[in-house]
Amino acid sequence: MSAAPIRIFVPVDAAALSVGAEAVARAVAREAAARGAAVEIVRNGSRGMLWLEPLVEVETPEGRIAYGPVAERDVPSLFEAGFLSGGAHALRLGRTEELDWMKRQQRLTFERVGVIDPLSIAEYRAHGGFAGLERAIGLGGAEIVEAIRASGLRGRGGAGFPTGIKWKTVHDAKADQKYVVCNADEGDSGTFADRMLFEGDPYLTIEGMAIAAVAVGATRGYLYLRSEYPHAYRTLERAILKAEAAGLIGASVMGSKHAFHLEVRLGAGAYICGEETSLLESLEGKRAVVRAKPPLPALQGLFGKPTVVNNVLSFAAVPWILAHGAQAYADYGMGRSRGTLPVQLGGNVKRGGLIELAFGISLREIIEDMGGGTLSGRPIRAVQVGGPLGAYLTAEQLDVQMDYEALASMRAMLGHGGIVVFDDTVDMARQARFAFQFCAKESCGKCTPCRIGATRGVEVMDRIIAGTERPKNIAVLRDLAKLMTDASLCAMGGLTPMPVMSALNHFPEDFDRPPSPRQEIALAAE
Amino acid sequence: MAGYPAWDQDSARTIIAGLAHLEGATLPMLHALQDAFGYVDPQAVPLIAEALNLSRAEVHGAISFYHDFRTAPQPARIVRLCRAEACQALGCEAVVDDLAREHGIVVDAAQAGDAAVETVYCLGNCALGPSALVDGELLGRVDAARIAALCRHGRAHS
Repeated sequence: MSAAPIRIFVPVDAAALSVGAEAVARAVAREAAARGAAVEIVRNGSRGMLWLEPLVEVETPEGRIAYGPVAERDVPSLFEAGFLSGGAHALRLGRTEELDWMKRQQRLTFERVGVIDPLSIAEYRAHGGFAGLERAIGLGGAEIVEAIRASGLRGRGGAGFPTGIKWKTVHDAKADQKYVVCNADEGDSGTFADRMLFEGDPYLTIEGMAIAAVAVGATRGYLYLRSEYPHAYRTLERAILKAEAAGLIGASVMGSKHAFHLEVRLGAGAYICGEETSLLESLEGKRAVVRAKPPLPALQGLFGKPTVVNNVLSFAAVPWILAHGAQAYADYGMGRSRGTLPVQLGGNVKRGGLIELAFGISLREIIEDMGGGTLSGRPIRAVQVGGPLGAYLTAEQLDVQMDYEALASMRAMLGHGGIVVFDDTVDMARQARFAFQFCAKESCGKCTPCRIGATRGVEVMDRIIAGTERPKNIAVLRDLAKLMTDASLCAMGGLTPMPVMSALNHFPEDFDRPPSPRQEIALAAE
Repeated sequence: MAGYPAWDQDSARTIIAGLAHLEGATLPMLHALQDAFGYVDPQAVPLIAEALNLSRAEVHGAISFYHDFRTAPQPARIVRLCRAEACQALGCEAVVDDLAREHGIVVDAAQAGDAAVETVYCLGNCALGPSALVDGELLGRVDAARIAALCRHGRAHS
C-alpha cells in the first residue's frame, strides 16, 4: 500500500521556463519513476523570486520547502538528499513562506500566484476565488461601483485614474450593448506583472472583468493581450474555456441573470495599443491610431458603445476588494495611492522579480534591500521607473516613495510599476536617443509632434553624441521636448521627453563626452 | 525545423470564412493566416475585404500598421531578441554587436537563409535578460553564441 503522492511544484511561468524549468520538471518525473517514488508534479506559477528560478517546492508536513535555482543536473542529487521530505541540500532555501522576499510583501493580487495550480478552478475557489464575484452578484450595480470607489482603487496602467469613477460613467450610460475591455498590452520594458498573473492565476482577471460586467451591465468582454506573450495566451484561452464550462461566465455568470461572454484577442506587436483608444481601434480591426478624447471610451468606446477599459492589475484588484471590503483595501497605502502595487524589479539587478507591497515603500528599499544591488556588482548609476516613457533617476534619488504623487513631484512617474536598474556602464545620451528611436518606431502617426518630433529627436541626439554644436543642439532638444510634451495627443509623444529630459538633467556629463568608437560604429551602422 | 506550406488561396479563403462571425475580425484573420503560412500574402487582402465588407485599403492599412504582420514568405526560424531597456541594462546591444562581428548575423537584416534574428521590444522577462523568443519558447540569459546556434540548427532547449 503506497502513501499519497508527494506534491512537487515546478513553475510553468514563462520566466521559469526561460531558464530551464521544463527540463527540470521532466527530470523530476524521470528520477521519481526510476526510484519508484509516488509524486504529483504540479506546474504552478512563479513565486516571483526570478533569480531563484527554476524554483522547485516540495509539500511536507512542515509546509512547502523551496529549492533553487535548480538545474536539470541537480535533480538526482536532490533525490539523494531526500528532498521529498524536505532534506538538506546546498540548494535548500527553507520554507517558502518564511523566505525574506516573501515575508516582506503584502500580497493581495498575487496571493495565489505560485501557490496553486493555475488552471484548477477547484484550487482557485479553495483559496478564496470567486468569493468577490459571488458577493457582487448579490449587490446591485450601483453598490459594486460604490465599493470600488470607496476602496480608492486607481487605474494601474499608469495614469492612476480612479476606477470607481470610470465604472460609474459606464454604469450610468444608457445603451443596448456595453463592453468590458482588459488592457493586457503590457508593453513597457521592465514590466511583467500581467504576464505572471495570467500564467499563475488566470481566473483572477477573468473574475475581475466579470465583476465589472455585472456592475455596469456589460455582456461582452475582450482581453487584449500582446502577441509577445504566447504562454500567457495559451493559459488564458484554456482558463476561459474552463470557466465557461463551469458556468462561471458565459450565458449566465454563476447562475445569475447576467451574461458575460469573454474572448482573448492578440495584439500584433504595436506598443501604442497600450493606449486605450488605440487598443479599441485595434480590437475593431483597424490601424491602431489614437482617438481624440472626448468622447471618453466610457461613453463611446468599443464599436461606439459605453466601455470599461482597465488595466489587468486594476481588474485583478477588484475581486479582493469585493471579497474583503473596500475599507480593508483602502487601509493599505499612503496619501491618495491606496491599496497595494505589484512592483516589477528587473534590468541589471541581483535579485529581480515581482514584489507586491502597499504604496509607500522607497525605491532604495526595493532595489538595495530586496534586489541586492546590481547583478554585475558595479555601482548603480541610473534607475528607470515606469517603462520606456518613465524618468531615469540617479542613485541619489532612490529614497523617493513608490506613490503616484511622490514620483510626479520629481518629474517621474510610477507607470505600471516597472523598475529597471542600470550600472555605471550605461551611457545616458544613448538612452535618451533610444527613447526617441522607440517613439519613432512605435508612434501611431496621428499627431505631428510625436510622428515628426521623435525622428527629429533621434537626429538631434545623433548630433549631440557626435559632438556637433552641442550647446545649440541641446537648446533644440529642450525646445523639442517642450513641444512634444505640450502638443502631443497622447502619452506616447507627450511622455517620450520624460526619459530624455531626466537623462539630460540628471546626467549632463553624458551629453558632453568625446565621441567614442562604439558610438561612431553605431551611428555609421544606421 | 519545419517550414511553412506555400500560400494557398483556397485554404486562406477557408480560414477567413471560419472567423468572419467575430466582431472586429481583421486581426484574428491576419494572425490565423500568418500562423498557417508564416506571412499574409497580398492576395488575402481582397478576400478579407469582401468577407468583412471593408475596402481593400482598410485591410492593407491594418496589415501595414502592425509590426507582426509580414507580406512575404519568412525564414523557417525567426529568433526575436529583446532590445528594450531592461535587456539593454544586461548587455543586449553587446549581443547584437557580437552576432555581427563573430557570427556574421546582422539583426533585422533581410535574410534569404532559413533563419533570421529580429528586434523585439520586451518579452516580459526583464529580471532574467537578455531574452529571446524562438518558436513560442522564451529564453533567458542569452548570449550571442546561443543565438547563433539557434540560427544554425536545433531546438530552443537543446
